[in-house]
Amino acid sequence: MRFLLDDGQTAFARSLDALLTAADTPAAVRAWGAGDPAAGRALWSRVADAGVFALAVPEAYGGFGPRPVDLVVAFLELGRHVVPGPLVETVAAAALLTEPGPAERFLPGLAAGGTVATVALPGSGPYVLDGDAADVEFAVTGTAGTAGSAGSARSAGGELWVRGCSVPCVRRSLDPARRLCPPRSGGELVAAGPRVVAGAADALRWARLAVAAQALGVGLALLDRTVAYVGQRRQFGVPVGSFQAVKHRLADALIALEFARPLLFGAALSMGPADIAAAKVAACEAAYATARTALQLHGAIGYTAEYDLSLWLTKARALRCAWGGPGECRALVLDGDGSGGGPGGGVSGSARRRP
Amino acid sequence: MDLTHSPADEAFRAEARAWLGGHVPTGPLPSLETAEGFAAHRAWEAELAADRWAVVSWPAAYGGRDCGLVRWLVFEEEYWAAGAPGRVGQNGVSLLAPTLFDHGTEEQRARILPPMARGETVWAQAWSEPEAGSDLASLRSRAVRTDGGWLLSGHKTWSSRAAFADRAFGLFRSEPNLPKPHQGLTYLMFDLRAPGVTVRPIGRLDGKPAFAEIFLDEVFVPDEDVIGEPGRGWRVAMSTAGNERGLTLRSPGRFLAAADRLAALWHGRGRDPSTRDRVADAVIGARAYQLFTYAAAARFLDGAPLGPESSLNKVFWSEYDIALHETALDLLGGQGEAPGGEGADGDGGGGWGEGYVFSLAGPLYAGTNEIQRDIIAERLLGLPRGRR
Repeated sequence: MRFLLDDGQTAFARSLDALLTAADTPAAVRAWGAGDPAAGRALWSRVADAGVFALAVPEAYGGFGPRPVDLVVAFLELGRHVVPGPLVETVAAAALLTEPGPAERFLPGLAAGGTVATVALPGSGPYVLDGDAADVEFAVTGTAGTAGSAGSARSAGGELWVRGCSVPCVRRSLDPARRLCPPRSGGELVAAGPRVVAGAADALRWARLAVAAQALGVGLALLDRTVAYVGQRRQFGVPVGSFQAVKHRLADALIALEFARPLLFGAALSMGPADIAAAKVAACEAAYATARTALQLHGAIGYTAEYDLSLWLTKARALRCAWGGPGECRALVLDGDGSGGGPGGGVSGSARRRP
Repeated sequence: MDLTHSPADEAFRAEARAWLGGHVPTGPLPSLETAEGFAAHRAWEAELAADRWAVVSWPAAYGGRDCGLVRWLVFEEEYWAAGAPGRVGQNGVSLLAPTLFDHGTEEQRARILPPMARGETVWAQAWSEPEAGSDLASLRSRAVRTDGGWLLSGHKTWSSRAAFADRAFGLFRSEPNLPKPHQGLTYLMFDLRAPGVTVRPIGRLDGKPAFAEIFLDEVFVPDEDVIGEPGRGWRVAMSTAGNERGLTLRSPGRFLAAADRLAALWHGRGRDPSTRDRVADAVIGARAYQLFTYAAAARFLDGAPLGPESSLNKVFWSEYDIALHETALDLLGGQGEAPGGEGADGDGGGGWGEGYVFSLAGPLYAGTNEIQRDIIAERLLGLPRGRR
């Protein structure tokens, strides 16, 4: 029992933070949103070089995973710095590719950062994120609720398809970093059967954990930026941060964020679907509430697209529903009791008894 | 990063579970806030103490088991999961005892702690006064030097447990007219049945005498009942406020058990869709509080001071407790209106209704949540001090 990051994990977070602080991520986000992914791809390579994607890839395929706790550490930083691109989807792809053939073919590229992947999976939502900028799209059809699975019901066992990208972006998310592309069909069938279905379930767990960590990072950055702002913004002759009404909103934001954090790491340790769903709800709710507070305490300047705060504000909104919204995740928390490792499972599974 | 308990801790858990399974009363005890219930809860403390389960984190010399924080958390998980009664000795055990461990004399510890553990002496707190609430340091009750001790006079109020308790502890002004209000205070213990003491019970929201006013008129207290140096009482009282006491005021086990009971109630009520999200939030919140506490315990065991972090804790559990009970009452509908209603939740032997009334006090005591949010904003976020 030692529920703390070790020195290596803390150092990893610091080095990623330093790398991303030195990069101009807001400029990369704005270019990415305008359809120019060059800066985002350069950033992607550096994130990959730091080992982020390798955390989701087994050693046999060029990674050093699976290491979900370290992945949470990394995605907290990616969220704090609003790094653009299908980060979560690339992690999902890594978890999805369990068949030896596709694994050998794609995983080394995902780990090294040469391949940017996006996905159309059960649970990934109605759009394919950044389908125009990614190199490859993985789709699973033949399971209930699959995005873009029209006409694919012929295989109940699940089919894994690979498609090239460069499709047009059809919708811009409120978050300029997220380009929403239409789901498609066709491509190359690379695997089929129950292992594909199991891989899709793994992908959903990993994606949900990563997006929860990303959201918490977004919330932490919103809090930091707002604390800095209210400390220097003066009205009535004093910093607005000296007013109790302002302080108490920020205190509540910190409480929500800091109580979501241990849920994330607990979920990373158990990888239970209910634990992950709980972490997703808590992290996304905390980040979103912090976004509302950040907007209110910045005043009108916070309501402008031009001011960089908007990149975090809009991402907090988008991530809330990405990979399973609050209602779906809360239902999973209550239904997932028997799955083992859920919130009903206690610290070690023996701490709690179901009523 | 590791959330598995050692085999020794799991063996301890099994031992605690087995003992509780054989001893926890089958039905709820009468409400802690009645004379009959108070006596029943005292008897339960004696039963716990007889087998050294009353104060597991204390040294064996005073009736404990020398358990560290992690093992204490394990015990609490088992205690509340077993549906065991609320703890009548909590004020003494979680507020006075840590102060005695840090600032008391060996004579005081040997005299005071064992009867506290056995429930023979139940302690009330005597901090607040009519004009000293959040601004506690402005208190006016006096301690005047006399031969062999002190004479206490003044008016304390909102003293939890004082209606039925035996003794009380609190701060008194022993040196008036010093430049700062927190100077010249002395930390004293006194007998609630001593000559000159009048206890007037106060009915809380449901009418039960959960707290009281205490009037003191030249009440003699011997020197042996001063904790720490006279005049340094503020420092004595505050030095334990930020340590593990902040972590142990409300154990996660209590909320895990309550969330389990709420989820069972929800499943039993046809999985009512209108309360589903709030029930899920109660389950999530209990887990969050448990894991936050394990993380805080790990930092504490690494030597990091907890300090203002305990303010995060306090706001979280107090708001959480109310939300949980509100959800239960909404699920119960009309049945929830009678406080003795369905679903005992361990907060004093009553049903969800009594637990709800109890929970409403959480944001008010142990430093109001407004004070806690000020501490969070100024000491954790670094925002500038302003007028309160």
